[in-house]
Amino acid sequence: MASDLIARTKKDSDTLSGLDALEIAAQEKAETRGRRLWAATWPKVAALAIALGLWQLVVWSGWKPPYALPGPAPVFAELWRNLGEAPLWNALGTTMRRAVIGFGASVVVGLVLGLAVARIRLLRAAIGSMITALQTMPSIAWFPLAILLFQLSEQAIFFVVVLGAAPSIANGVIAGVDYVPPLLLRAGRNIGARGVSLYRHVIAPASLPFVIAGLKQGWAFSWRSLMAGELLVVIATKSSLGTQLNYSRELSDAEWLISTMIVILVIGLLVDVAFGAADRAIRRRWGVLDHANN
Amino acid sequence: MTSAAAGVTAKAGATDRSAVALTDVTKVYGRGPNAVLALDRVSLSVRPGEFVCLVGASGCGKSTLLNLVAGLDRISAGRVDIADGVNPALMFQEPALFPWLTVGRNVELPLKLRKVPRDQRRSRVTELLNTVHLGDFAKRRPHELSGGMRQRVALARTLALDTPVLLMDEPFGALDAMTRDLLHDELERIWSERKLTVIFVTHNVREAARLADRIVLLSSRPGRVIYQTPVDVPRPRRIDAPDVAAIAAEVTDRLRAEVGRHGQ
Repeated sequence: MASDLIARTKKDSDTLSGLDALEIAAQEKAETRGRRLWAATWPKVAALAIALGLWQLVVWSGWKPPYALPGPAPVFAELWRNLGEAPLWNALGTTMRRAVIGFGASVVVGLVLGLAVARIRLLRAAIGSMITALQTMPSIAWFPLAILLFQLSEQAIFFVVVLGAAPSIANGVIAGVDYVPPLLLRAGRNIGARGVSLYRHVIAPASLPFVIAGLKQGWAFSWRSLMAGELLVVIATKSSLGTQLNYSRELSDAEWLISTMIVILVIGLLVDVAFGAADRAIRRRWGVLDHANN
Repeated sequence: MTSAAAGVTAKAGATDRSAVALTDVTKVYGRGPNAVLALDRVSLSVRPGEFVCLVGASGCGKSTLLNLVAGLDRISAGRVDIADGVNPALMFQEPALFPWLTVGRNVELPLKLRKVPRDQRRSRVTELLNTVHLGDFAKRRPHELSGGMRQRVALARTLALDTPVLLMDEPFGALDAMTRDLLHDELERIWSERKLTVIFVTHNVREAARLADRIVLLSSRPGRVIYQTPVDVPRPRRIDAPDVAAIAAEVTDRLRAEVGRHGQ
């Protein structure tokens, strides 16, 4: 019987490879990188051009005097000049340092809190819904209390940034752990993953898409809280993007004001793009990317 | 009759024990008036190297039985005996591969969890993927493969557990007929090469007659063993061979009688 089986194996393996080739071939689909990039870029460029055009039209209409609403050309000239000088970079440095520290701390708090709530039933019953409630609280409403607690200091800003971002991240983790397919859990247990190794090899990677979504939302909240904080909590010795907004308004320097706003917008956008790329990379690896929507 | 049986005898002579033995296994879900009796005093002894197919209609507790043997669920009464140090491997109808890992890494994970050294892992993964004829696909992602290929990866991952007892819960149920036939041949070859003990659950009687040394028919609600028959057809078999069909017909008649009982 053994020799019969082996003789048959050869034929079977040919048929199998044939079947495999037939089924795989249909899935091959290549598109060049440049083409994809162009397809993703041109609508954005066109939209930006239209927005700038509308802005210029409003300026030409004479709705507001040019010292209050300058056109795109002087604003971008101002931005270009500022980019070549130290003050903008100092302000940017302060703001980004706060953003990185605040968001970093939010990630730690959010991950620990999310894991604890997802794992401990009592904790979930106690504070699960509170986390969502916390998320709906506008972060600017925390500042009066933060200033009372910490005065006009770095801590006040940090406090509100973490309160703004950590709940979103925790919610992402909770959703991620909750939505791990039970079948994958069974498969993981069956191949010998228990306890910590089950978390490491199955639950953590399976919940990654939800966690990334939570991080993305957390970043948006922390960036907003930070800007609000820098406008309210003015620390005289430190220049930041928020204080630049304040100064430029006090000096009625609209070109400086709008150019600073553009810097804030671009940073928010860049980080969002980074999260979007991470999310798409995961979905591509998992094979859940909707090609039509790419 | 077959050399497979001879091989089994030799092995059984060495240990003189069953690979898996169920004695009066009962499983009740829930309690009080809502309790459901899923399995009722099921006794079954599987010899080392034997290929047993469990057949039954819906609600006969086939999957429950496998979960009990795999240790994923607790028995209500009776006992399950498995040879010392043996952790049965379970394979599902869905491949249940991890989408974030490549095919190779999926197969590697059980080895990693058992702390097999890295250099050994690599050669084992290659060997296992070659066993299921997917040696060229180690770097692919599961979603790039067809259903039949994914199920073969799942088989390789299960084999990576290096356990002599393989539990299969309708593993080919979702595949087309041609792929299924080929996988029957594959499974038969791997089973005979590795001298595995297989408990294979299916509702497809033909599939059971094609693969099994012995077919065990379970009744529905509660699950009881109501009929057993050896399949004395020499291997390799074809699913459309007359003697396979004859046995399938016999089992089908009994299965129909059992299902009909519930309609009355």
